[in-house]
Amino acid sequence: MKLTVHGREAYAYTGGKPFDPALPSIVFIHGALHDHTVWTLLARWCAHHGFGVLAPDLPGHMRSAGPALENVEAMAEWLFALLDAAGVEKAALVGHSMGSLVALDAAGRAPERTTRLVMVGTAYPMKVSPALLDLSRTDPLAAIDMVTMLSYSTLAAKPGYPGPGVWTRGGGKALCRLVLAHQGDALLYHRDFLACDSYQGGLAAAAKVTAPASLILGVRDQMTVPKAATEIGTALKARIERVEAGHVLMAEAPDAVLNALRRSLA
Amino acid sequence: MPGSSDPGFDTLALHAGAAPDPATGARAVPIHLSTSFVFESSEHAASLFNLERSGHVYSRISNPTNAVLEERVAALEGAVGSIATASGQAALHLAIATLAGAGSHIVASSALYGGSHNLLHYTLKRFGIDTTFVKPRDIDGWRAAIRPNTKMLFSETLGNPGLDVLDIPTVSTIAHDAGLPLLVDSTFTTPWLMKPIEHGADLVFHSATKFLSGHGTVVGGVLVDGGRFDWTTSRRFPELTEPYEGFHGMVFTEESTDGAFLLRARREGLRDFGACMSPHTAWLILQGIETLPLRMARHIENTRKIVAFLAAHPLVAGVGYPELESHPDHALAQRLLPRGCGSVFSFDIRGSRRQGQAFIEALKIFSHLANVGDCRSLVIHPASTTHFRMDDSALALAGIGPGTIRLSIGLEDADDLIDDLKRALRAAEKAT
Repeated sequence: MKLTVHGREAYAYTGGKPFDPALPSIVFIHGALHDHTVWTLLARWCAHHGFGVLAPDLPGHMRSAGPALENVEAMAEWLFALLDAAGVEKAALVGHSMGSLVALDAAGRAPERTTRLVMVGTAYPMKVSPALLDLSRTDPLAAIDMVTMLSYSTLAAKPGYPGPGVWTRGGGKALCRLVLAHQGDALLYHRDFLACDSYQGGLAAAAKVTAPASLILGVRDQMTVPKAATEIGTALKARIERVEAGHVLMAEAPDAVLNALRRSLA
Repeated sequence: MPGSSDPGFDTLALHAGAAPDPATGARAVPIHLSTSFVFESSEHAASLFNLERSGHVYSRISNPTNAVLEERVAALEGAVGSIATASGQAALHLAIATLAGAGSHIVASSALYGGSHNLLHYTLKRFGIDTTFVKPRDIDGWRAAIRPNTKMLFSETLGNPGLDVLDIPTVSTIAHDAGLPLLVDSTFTTPWLMKPIEHGADLVFHSATKFLSGHGTVVGGVLVDGGRFDWTTSRRFPELTEPYEGFHGMVFTEESTDGAFLLRARREGLRDFGACMSPHTAWLILQGIETLPLRMARHIENTRKIVAFLAAHPLVAGVGYPELESHPDHALAQRLLPRGCGSVFSFDIRGSRRQGQAFIEALKIFSHLANVGDCRSLVIHPASTTHFRMDDSALALAGIGPGTIRLSIGLEDADDLIDDLKRALRAAEKAT
């Protein structure tokens, strides 16, 4: 569905059903150079199991108008403006990678509006190597290749995402290329990585979070290695779910992530 | 886990899409000869039907063995995914039927496999889909033929049978400038010789009957989506960007930014047209793909020796192989096909139609039949077989003469193949 947020058009996927703000709401927040389609299966499941689902494209990403936001705090503030536009008072916040930092910051910023916090494929601090930061600026297509290598842990992810017959590495790479090209912002990847790298408010936000928190981690994740989530997990007193997958665990192990999410929302 | 770069082609040919079977430990890909798959619960069943979960329901739509093949071909092509089909023709039809309908238009190369030409020129016209044919080297012709209702540009990577090399970077740019995808038939080249998506193609299909299978045992096809075409900006494809009544109002581009085409092709095309592949066929094609790198290298090695022999023979008027400087696409082939130009090519015998027939009948190792890409060497006379429905003018447009002979070079000893050709050429000479 289309919304107007801060005077600009924003898009949010609603899981295959019209959004109903009267239902318990759940918001899915994608990571760097991704869009809402990394959440398709989970969003559809939630929308057909009693939740009102919003899976937005962050500003500057695919269907939501740019410019891209420069830091995690601005993304968190934008997220609540989106909820206001959709008529949502409170919601469960589920984020992946960069989106997990947005969810964390938002949950600390407005604990009264956050019913659950779920951080998927996360780490804090989420430092990005200087080499990758530089590559994302000078040669974003090469950066996509590098991140693809680090984000997928198997040559045979089953049962395929979003369905059988999909080569998940190829899907991940193609999604990043399309998001990069769609609005013509050649520095979008670099901006997203800078937002991850520069975010320093994680522990302060965690101290304010009142909602039950969960971390869903890929045990073979090379982008946000599980041990790098230890400190934030402790600060949040978070439930820890471990899934046999790499960084893009929603694509590599969709059923396991769904099961972990269901436990986190229970 | 791979290191700092993508796994190599040979590794992907063996491993992409497959892991030891978790139920049995079987290392080779099991053949899942099952029409359907048990649901864990009513809720699980509903969530599979509603695309809330990924999994297999019924083998017309998807099957675990077929999925390994689909993922492996996609990996080798540098694509998002693929769909295994009953034949190469079924793959072509699935590509067209997913994007086009009555009132649509296609721009296609005139140098196509006869079966593809039939589909476009005769059969699809009956369903309201028109095609304009252009010579593959006529770059301005591609651009000029595009209409407001055009849905795709379509060609073969190597035209049949003249081996016109498609200038994919240029033709794909023309397509993309018009908001259109480029579909290519890559049967003759396979991803070992060329990855069309890297050069700009958007959709690729194979008659897997040929080199991918490689042993002349099964009929099958694969339709591949590169995932690089932005359907949302084109405005020509409401099939993907508007709600589809046939699947609860689903908007395919909202479900998958990079895989929208595959979603509709599988959820509508396989569901409704039903031209799916048998899991047994998928398994045999997988067996073939595991040795594709080895076979293609030998195909090319043998072909180069035989092309050299024929090009120097006094009874041969010409050999149409792009590695020869005499071929009009020689320079383009050097750029796009550095590993070789396939093992299917044509040559013309000096002399009468009767001499051509004598040549074919004298061959002992080459088999006279209508196929290519077998591990065995094959021969055919296109004017009287694969292209027999074309009149002389259409044949000429496709670059075929009445005395043209097409060879598909196999994996036998090259010296034995050359001896066979020598014998047949002597027979042709005596048949004047």
